[in-house]
Amino acid sequence: MKQLVTLNVNGNTYSLAIDPWRTLNEVLREDLNLTGTKLGCGDGDCGACTVLVNGRSVSSCLTLAVAVQGKEITTVEGLAQSGEKLHPIQEAFIEHGAIQCGFCTAGMEMSALNLLKQNPSPTEEEIRTAIAGNLCRCTGYYKIVEAIGDAAKKMKV
Amino acid sequence: MSLTKFDYYAPERVEDACRLLMEKGEGAMVMAGGTDLLIKIQRGLLKTQTLIDLQKIESIHDITFDKDKGLSIGAMARLNDVANHPVIKEKFPAVSEAALATANVQIRNMGTVVGNLCNAAPSADNAPVLMAMGAVVNLVRSNGERQIPLEAFFQGPGLTVIQKGEIVTSVFVPTPPAGSGASYQHISARGKVDISAVCVGVMLTMKGKTCQTARIVLGAVAPVPMRALRAEKVIEGNPISKEVLEKAGIEASKECKPISDLRAAAEYRKILVGVLTARAVNEAAKRASKKPN
Repeated sequence: MKQLVTLNVNGNTYSLAIDPWRTLNEVLREDLNLTGTKLGCGDGDCGACTVLVNGRSVSSCLTLAVAVQGKEITTVEGLAQSGEKLHPIQEAFIEHGAIQCGFCTAGMEMSALNLLKQNPSPTEEEIRTAIAGNLCRCTGYYKIVEAIGDAAKKMKV
Repeated sequence: MSLTKFDYYAPERVEDACRLLMEKGEGAMVMAGGTDLLIKIQRGLLKTQTLIDLQKIESIHDITFDKDKGLSIGAMARLNDVANHPVIKEKFPAVSEAALATANVQIRNMGTVVGNLCNAAPSADNAPVLMAMGAVVNLVRSNGERQIPLEAFFQGPGLTVIQKGEIVTSVFVPTPPAGSGASYQHISARGKVDISAVCVGVMLTMKGKTCQTARIVLGAVAPVPMRALRAEKVIEGNPISKEVLEKAGIEASKECKPISDLRAAAEYRKILVGVLTARAVNEAAKRASKKPN
């Protein structure tokens, strides 16, 4: 049976009637049309679906939408909310060439945000650990690691 | 992923969750973080008609420490909460390290230590250290509760002693005695995020340079996490010398019963058990020497 839920996504409130077995990933992409968040493996291994719930990164493919009512959900669309100025993490990814096919990018950026909120000056090792749950098949990670290090500096200014 | 249909409940009290479990019968299941459960439902390994989410039960989110008794980790305490908890890092470092060794950041933000135990994978990262430290599982049902040593909790891959209508509300770790130390060592093919191919948890109690008691638990090399009793006997009563470490590793390697699967061959697992047992015993002894009795 469908349940009435209220979701708070990127500061906007959405009221929806959804089946309890639907994942947050499905509801974000199919009901709210927020397709920046990707679906990769569906098993919590690849990180392409990463979003923040109450400030902590989670796999939206393993999160039930009914279970995150009343929580603050941030997707990649919430990074540059004005639609004009990019978030420093996004700027750094572009400047460092950390995006190739782009499929992992949203998840990488959300994992980067999760890290930099807790640790504003991460070491390279800490950056690599923080994105260990985000797979990229294009870049070899080096440029992503550089971009996150640079984003840390940008966010302090 | 596409999940099969189920009803969803998020009760606010343990007794309501237990009552729902009984009322809804066979297809009713409780969920903590859901990171293992939802995958099993998706793959059709579990037939779930009713999902009972425990996240709204506030009392089981807590991590509490009483220096005379020990550490209690609530069923909804997330892996990252345990890994980063200042008291656990200081007084139970191996417990923190095992939680940190589990999966990746996102899964640690969702999944729980108790859930990792209830999922009962032979490779469960949190089981060996907790078992070595003498942890006890707290099970609650509608008309009572019981405590089961973690050592007697696992019955096979995915199987535990949890009865119908019971919920594990916490796992308790007794405060280790003075002169003791613990260690968690694990290895997997893909570094930080993969499931452990072999994992070893050790707790030692030392008197001076001599080991008084040893508990060695091996993961991912038998249907359930297992004590390496013969390796323990090699160490007890002896100083932790290079020869003793080597002998203990050889004994542990002999007594484990691994299978070959996609994560490692049985022969390789046996070798790794020897190496990781020696490393874990060595680190546990070093930690013990830092807080002598």
